Amino acid sequence: MQPDEILDYLIPGIMLGALYAVIAIGYTLVYGVLQLINFAHSEVFMVGAYSALLALTWIDPSTNPTALVSVLLVAAGLAVSGTAGAATAFALEKVAYRPLRRRNAPRLAFLISAIGASYFLQNLAGKLFGRDSRALPTLFENKKVFSVFGTQVTILQLLIVCAAVLMMVGLDYLVNRTKLGSGIRAVAQDAETAGLMGVDIDKVISRTFIIGGFMGGIAGFLFGLHLQLSFTMGFLPGITAFAAAVVGGVGNIRGAMMGGMLLGIVESFSSPIFGESWRYVSAFAVLVLVLMFRPTGILGERLGRSA
Amino acid sequence: MSAADAAGADAVGVAESAAGTAVPPRKKMLELDDLHVFYGAIQALKGVHIEVNEGEIVALLGANGAGKTTTLRTISGLLTPREGEVRWRGERIDGVPAHHVVGLGIGHSPEGRRVFPAMTVTENLNMGAYRFKSVPKAELDRVFELFPRLAERREQLAGTLSGGEQQMLAIGRALMGQPKLLLLDEPSMGLAPLIVAQIFEIIREINEQGTTVLLVEQNAAQALRLAHRGYALETGSVVLSGPADRLLSDPKVREAYLGEGA
Ligand SMILES: Nc1ncnc2c1ncn2[C@@H]1O[C@H](COP(=O)(O)OP(=O)(O)OP(=O)(O)O)[C@@H](O)[C@H]1O
Ligand SMILES: [Mg+2]
Repeated sequence: MQPDEILDYLIPGIMLGALYAVIAIGYTLVYGVLQLINFAHSEVFMVGAYSALLALTWIDPSTNPTALVSVLLVAAGLAVSGTAGAATAFALEKVAYRPLRRRNAPRLAFLISAIGASYFLQNLAGKLFGRDSRALPTLFENKKVFSVFGTQVTILQLLIVCAAVLMMVGLDYLVNRTKLGSGIRAVAQDAETAGLMGVDIDKVISRTFIIGGFMGGIAGFLFGLHLQLSFTMGFLPGITAFAAAVVGGVGNIRGAMMGGMLLGIVESFSSPIFGESWRYVSAFAVLVLVLMFRPTGILGERLGRSA
Repeated sequence: MSAADAAGADAVGVAESAAGTAVPPRKKMLELDDLHVFYGAIQALKGVHIEVNEGEIVALLGANGAGKTTTLRTISGLLTPREGEVRWRGERIDGVPAHHVVGLGIGHSPEGRRVFPAMTVTENLNMGAYRFKSVPKAELDRVFELFPRLAERREQLAGTLSGGEQQMLAIGRALMGQPKLLLLDEPSMGLAPLIVAQIFEIIREINEQGTTVLLVEQNAAQALRLAHRGYALETGSVVLSGPADRLLSDPKVREAYLGEGA
């Protein structure tokens, strides 16, 4: 890799990292309130992508929409994927986790339920949408908007990063500055005591899934804008984002943002440096390395003060 | 309730013990009626009867494992009794979930303080007022007045407070919900005698300002000196009850709870 190529990898790395960060937040939020890794979150991501595919092809069946229609399609895609992701996560909590919580089921039962729900959603999508890869309409035709030191940035890259950053800023505000946010943090730190303060724990947990699902669904749509859709598309980004959440300190929202960005950039640079086949190894190498030196992740576990 | 009412309550307490009779007619606030509470197969409460009247400080004494915490947790809705009733101003509230019980005006400062460690002092106090649309400023001022130590440490993370400060925060947090009845679970636990005296003094002040208090304590002597009436629990049943000063001079109490050998 030449020094002048750095930006060619850094920019896609940031884009990928922003997406990982948004997905990682979904894992970390749920872990915060339930101490549970919601392995079905990768399917929320997949559902987001497919729901956008359905909506976009319904609105405009052509595969190469004009710029103006593209704007409309992006707006529709964001709205539909966010809603579908939120609805899926909401249902997931109601069906796969709440009944176990009611019965004080052991940890392992939650994990099995999570994996079961994940396979169910995956194969349901395979059944409904077919097992072949699909693609969203090509929006904006990869038009360049500007160049940084000779490296072109596409509208799509800009869009993805902006949407991701906006979501993260919004979430940070929600968690740290709103009443729902203080409820989420209180439940994460001590659910029972939060209940004594008047926090409706079930409601807070439900809304936490909705928030994480909304972000995960949109991430699925944004991901689908530059890669293929398939019923298993959630797996790799999901597991990488999970690794990102652990790298940042699971339960820690800012940690998840950092971890996601880090893994996205590492992944992007690993193919020119080590070869394309190392692409997916790199993120997990980082995970192992971080855990060797800091078992609680970079920022430490738990929803902190500025979680 | 005004200060005059609280003084009236005190007067009744004196009259009671002088006459040595049951509590004269006064507004019942909380009644625990034949409570049976289980943890799985283990029975923790075996038919507990307790009453708390408006304006009182009632002490709930007992050795480790007697069921004091279980009693408070049942009142707050964290536990549901298998048999018996919890009545709040005449209405059954057993089975009402905890986040609704606090809305009735029952504040609970739990065993072991349970402050939110990664929140600041102010954030913890705001959590106490979660049931309100916005944080009542007057209440916040009052809590800072009662606990000047907390005022100095508004922005400190609760997890880094000393044990005594955390206890003050736990009580202050419960007060932020403007409870009519305050449940305190061993506020003296693990604290130096001087701090305990301070906290008990503040409990008296809170009561004089109109809040009824149900105080769980192992520290029987101090609790009874503060309280108007008391109950003693033993393995899930009330074994003794009565006006505080009578309990204080009761030889059985002195032996069992004040550590005076017979
Ligand atoms: N979660 C639980 N599961 C099973 N048994 C429990 C549980 N919590 C309490 N118990 C049992 O119930 C009984 C009463 O416990 P409780 O905590 O109410 O006692 P306590 O009077 O508050 O004691 P302490 O003074 O030590 O706090 C004890 O025998 C205890 O072992
Ligand atoms: Mg106890």
